[in-house]
Amino acid sequence: MSVLLQVKNLRTTFPSASGPMPVVDDISFDLARGEVLALVGESGSGKSMTALSILRLVPKPGKVSSGSVLLAGEDLLRLPVTEMRRVRGARIAMIFQEPMTSLNPVVAVGAQVMEAIQLHDPINKVDARSRARALFAEVGIPDPEARLDAYPHHLSGGLKQRVMIAMALSMRPEILIADEPTTALDVTVQAQILTLLRNLQRERGTAILLITHDLGIVNELADRVAVMYAGRLVEVAERKALLSNPLHPYTQGLLKSIPSRTPAGERLPEIPGVVPSPDQWPTGCRFSTRCPLCFEPCETIQPEEIEDSAGRRVWCHEVERSMDAESSS
Amino acid sequence: MRKDASRDGETLLRVSGLQTWYPIRQGLMRRQTGWVQAVSDVSFEIAPGQTFALVGESGCGKTTVGRSILRLESAQKGEVFFEGRDLLKLDSNSMRAARQHLQIIFQDPMASLDPRMRIRDQIAEGMRSFGIGRNESDRLARVRALLERVQLDPDTLDRYPHEFSGGQRQRICIARALAVEPRLIVCDESVSALDVSIQAQILNLLRDLQEELGLSYLFITHDLSVVRYLAHQVAVMYLGKIVEQGPTERIFDAPAHPYTKALLAAIPSVDPERRGGALAVLGDVPSPSDPPAGCHFHTRCDVVMERCRTQVPPLFELEEGCSRCFLAEPTNPGD
Repeated sequence: MSVLLQVKNLRTTFPSASGPMPVVDDISFDLARGEVLALVGESGSGKSMTALSILRLVPKPGKVSSGSVLLAGEDLLRLPVTEMRRVRGARIAMIFQEPMTSLNPVVAVGAQVMEAIQLHDPINKVDARSRARALFAEVGIPDPEARLDAYPHHLSGGLKQRVMIAMALSMRPEILIADEPTTALDVTVQAQILTLLRNLQRERGTAILLITHDLGIVNELADRVAVMYAGRLVEVAERKALLSNPLHPYTQGLLKSIPSRTPAGERLPEIPGVVPSPDQWPTGCRFSTRCPLCFEPCETIQPEEIEDSAGRRVWCHEVERSMDAESSS
Repeated sequence: MRKDASRDGETLLRVSGLQTWYPIRQGLMRRQTGWVQAVSDVSFEIAPGQTFALVGESGCGKTTVGRSILRLESAQKGEVFFEGRDLLKLDSNSMRAARQHLQIIFQDPMASLDPRMRIRDQIAEGMRSFGIGRNESDRLARVRALLERVQLDPDTLDRYPHEFSGGQRQRICIARALAVEPRLIVCDESVSALDVSIQAQILNLLRDLQEELGLSYLFITHDLSVVRYLAHQVAVMYLGKIVEQGPTERIFDAPAHPYTKALLAAIPSVDPERRGGALAVLGDVPSPSDPPAGCHFHTRCDVVMERCRTQVPPLFELEEGCSRCFLAEPTNPGD
């Protein structure tokens, strides 16, 4: 698969009394054409901020302070504002957790989708309406013709998210960024939306950057997974490899603390402590304050990236040490 | 899944025939035009030292059940026997006294803590109103012990809620509930907003407290994986009614009602060999102001029969628990 999006050494900072405070710190990853990459982490890990940085939508006073975001070789961070506006929606579209807050409550949903279409494509109202109707049908909205004239409050949460997906797809983007697309939905409706996203990716070949905290959703949808902790990547691997054999102690802890994986009667394994806030990030490995395997270099030295032959990447002194021990024996 | 720790036949809370409907008022004269049937004919019991989980999707009425028990909503029908008295018949003074043994912890701890009050005062407030502790210094000692018990640093007692993380605030809410020595705590989505690593800590804490203090929990949640870890008994709700009830192990291993099956099948698995396992249920949850005729689930059920569209199924007894589905109807021995 060819690389479509390349994020290189991305750093996003917010000003603070003690200088610029990074919330995304030196992140690099690739997204291939048609691939689903999951960006996983708990709140405060910087996963949503990474997505907003790619689209240059970081809320002020935050800003992307260094790095590059190459879309088919072109650095989005250096595009003029007007051209960047054309990239958003047309080439990279985004859907959010709360479809209610992303839709205008006083405009019929069909008109909102038509507006999105006409913004990028100079076609007349009749054509825009028929394209919106086709999109509604494609994302599985029952009775699409009637639903074009519905207002957001007429629709359930699941239908609103389908409208958002229809709007995001209206310009046939190469990349769809989905930020916790099912978190606000009931589990039976979540399964519908996951099926829809999987089918869209298969049929249209849209690459998806899926932002989630739920490893079950990762398993359902992702090809590869990038795990973030406190602004940095800790592990990037194929879905199967990551879920069956996590290497980083944080990934291991995340998987173990899922209640359904604990056998009856046993105590739930915990990750002690809390995610530190950006002004309290340790100088060494960010996870060192909560890591059960923490040893001498972890608290003071940032672990370097280790990459194996299969392209699996991990940032951990302990993994490095055990790999060294293996190769020398 | 948990072993049954209760003593036989003992009941701490018995809810029977609970009904809470909200009137829908429309127009200039605010005429009543219908009812939101939030909770209809809900009955269950909780034994001392047990966790009873009430599960279902949004709008199923699970939260209204919890709030009706505490009389934060007014139920129209039914009985709520707690420690031998029907809470729904108590006057407001006796109800206030009954609340000492009946506490609630919500999903959003920030919204249930007073942002302008030190946490020591929030935890001690309930003790003062119920006359727990001989004097202020005794109560302060209790606050310190409670903070330690929920694994917070007792020296943080002079701080305000905003100085704590989400998980720590939920610990404060637990300490505040424990301060008045409750016997039953209603946990309404108490771990749903927490990150999974923090959620595990709080679940373990709730379980430890139950074993130490013999507490009972009414655990209200949409998250079935949490239920499996914590609950002894489970009731599944759909559009205001309990559709299935039983011991946790039986509900997860041999669900009887098609809705319970659908709910369990919709949860994405983290087993890398089981991808595509999250099965969708058709359609959306109908509105509780206009529930479908017959069985409320028939519009989404994959094994719907003709009679389901018109006849309302009662709760049929199973070997363990019960199911509101005609498929669970006992066949006549002569057939």
